Amino acid sequence: MALKRLIYNVTRNPELAPGGALVHAPIVPVQGESYEVHEDIAGEHMLINIGPQHPATHGVLRLVLELDGETVVRCIPHIGYLHSSFEKLGEYRDWNQIVPLTDRMDYLAPLIYNCAYAMAVEKLMGVTVTERCKVVRVILMEMDRIFSHLLWLGTTAIDLGAFTVFLYTFQQREKIYDLHERLTGARITTSSTRIGGMMADLPAGWIEQLEEFMTNFIPVVDEVETLLTNNAIWVGRTQGVGDISAEDAVNWGLSGPNLRASGVTYDIRKDRPYYDYETYDFDVPIGEHGDIYDRYLCRMEEMRQSVRILRQAIDRLPGGPINVDDPRVILPPKTAAMNDMESMIHHFKVVMEGVRAPVGESWFSVESSKGELGMYVVSDGGSKPVRWRVRGPSFINIAALPHMIEGALLSDVIAVNASLDIVLGEIDR
Amino acid sequence: MSDAFKKGLEGLDQGPRPSEAADDGAPPPAGDLPEHPSVEALRGEFGESVLRHQVTAGDEHVVYVPAERNVEILGWLRDAPEHRYDFLQDLTAVDHGGGRAIQVVYQLWSIPNKLNLRVKCELPLDALEIESVFHLWRAADWLEREVFDMFGVVFHGHPDLRRILMPYNYAEGHPLRKDFPLRGRFSRAEQTRRALSMKTEDHYSPQELDIAHALGQPLPDVMVEGGPGVPNQGEMPGIGIGAG
Repeated sequence: MALKRLIYNVTRNPELAPGGALVHAPIVPVQGESYEVHEDIAGEHMLINIGPQHPATHGVLRLVLELDGETVVRCIPHIGYLHSSFEKLGEYRDWNQIVPLTDRMDYLAPLIYNCAYAMAVEKLMGVTVTERCKVVRVILMEMDRIFSHLLWLGTTAIDLGAFTVFLYTFQQREKIYDLHERLTGARITTSSTRIGGMMADLPAGWIEQLEEFMTNFIPVVDEVETLLTNNAIWVGRTQGVGDISAEDAVNWGLSGPNLRASGVTYDIRKDRPYYDYETYDFDVPIGEHGDIYDRYLCRMEEMRQSVRILRQAIDRLPGGPINVDDPRVILPPKTAAMNDMESMIHHFKVVMEGVRAPVGESWFSVESSKGELGMYVVSDGGSKPVRWRVRGPSFINIAALPHMIEGALLSDVIAVNASLDIVLGEIDR
Repeated sequence: MSDAFKKGLEGLDQGPRPSEAADDGAPPPAGDLPEHPSVEALRGEFGESVLRHQVTAGDEHVVYVPAERNVEILGWLRDAPEHRYDFLQDLTAVDHGGGRAIQVVYQLWSIPNKLNLRVKCELPLDALEIESVFHLWRAADWLEREVFDMFGVVFHGHPDLRRILMPYNYAEGHPLRKDFPLRGRFSRAEQTRRALSMKTEDHYSPQELDIAHALGQPLPDVMVEGGPGVPNQGEMPGIGIGAG
């Protein structure tokens, strides 16, 4: 069992030209009279490096590829360039201060991360949020699923050479950016949830703006489908590429559209419903081949289904308070804190000491746009967590990348990597 | 409103009002635990090896098992037809600090049976070693590397156990341990000096690919020539490089 020898720069091989001068890669002769094929070239592998600064790696991912001709023999991903030690930082912050760390992980769907974290802590504390808050969070999470899938669609298409799709999807994403901005004041770093509720209720006219977005959005999905779904180039570059069987996908821990494209019916919204997802009427698209094309179809359909959920959620959006009526978790209103000594002390204590959580631990996972997003929090009864762990879907999905591309062509590496929908902020944390 | 907050102020030190009975960390009496089919089956199969069974946050079942039997028990949970925990949701570790044992946490989900179970193994700080579950779930590959990187837990049998998030030459220890200071062990000047003196060619050396070999770790069967993962070039259609 010997590993194959590697050589970086074939063109500097002294066997090729006298003195090891740079020459072009040898052309294989038709009949072989005047040229001589060097056997040492034929058997040698080349090592190439993609990234970490490369547009097609969607962040700072570095792939070391061992190539035999154009075939990938081995792929070794390197991560950690963006490591910010969020989990360690979280142990030095109180429960509410962690919320801003969560949206910096997945800046492509920040609200899903905000909500997932708040849900895990609320489960640990035994806090049940209000009905309005539940529906609002469902709206925000489904909106960000569309937000994230649109980015995936645009960038994957551009990686495969289809530039137009990018313009269509980013125009629509801009609308969601506006919705983010109106709700939270920020376009990406939303930090919108609080333990027990939200930073603020929906502003006036926000729902109408969302409805307007949905009305304009569905025709765009249809248009993009006409651009891609039956496009010969798109089909040729995605069908049968990067496929993974259902059994392997489960064993490698894939989740989200990547898993469902392989034909596994695992969607947390259906299997472990949270926030009354079981009462919404929606379908979960399932692929059958597990290749890039099926992942694309799954995500396209998920966007339509998200719009379905959004419409139902808007219809049932109840009135009432957005925050729980529990003064030990929620800050008193600003007017009370400014006018009333007790409320001011209360405000001070909640801000300075933080909310306490009971001893214990909780695991909560939601269906994020990328897959299963798990939040695991452990408390020793203080106002800071002992451990805050994020089960990032991208981290586990990208770990299966070598399995999918070993044996494929170099040009497929870009396509497969794009199809996994990774975000490096969350992989590196 | 302010009346409510006056009452809230009194109770602030106790934390939020739980919706159910407060769990102060002590395991409730055994008779009160909700049933979990796999825990009962585990007890029947492994008897005394189920060290503790605990329910947290209302409905989450945690089972403590001895670290030296982890592969046996997890493998049984994965393969037993009535359980089939085929999806490794997460593998992580928890350091409670104060010299207490580090817990390795396996979060399992059964796609066919829709069951959740958390299995924990406790490792004393002077023996941070456990058998790898790479051969049960390939998902454990990077997760175990991350736990090794962050906590220093050595997974025996892992084919490629090296740092994953921190640089390979990181010399300050394992960051998520409670005895690791937030800003690292070295001074800022030393950290900067080390970062600047890194040689870029280290990152492109062929040895990097052979690192598992160099560390004396057995290679996974996908990397062994003729193994199931690496396509045999003779069998691949359309690729005739080297055939002459």
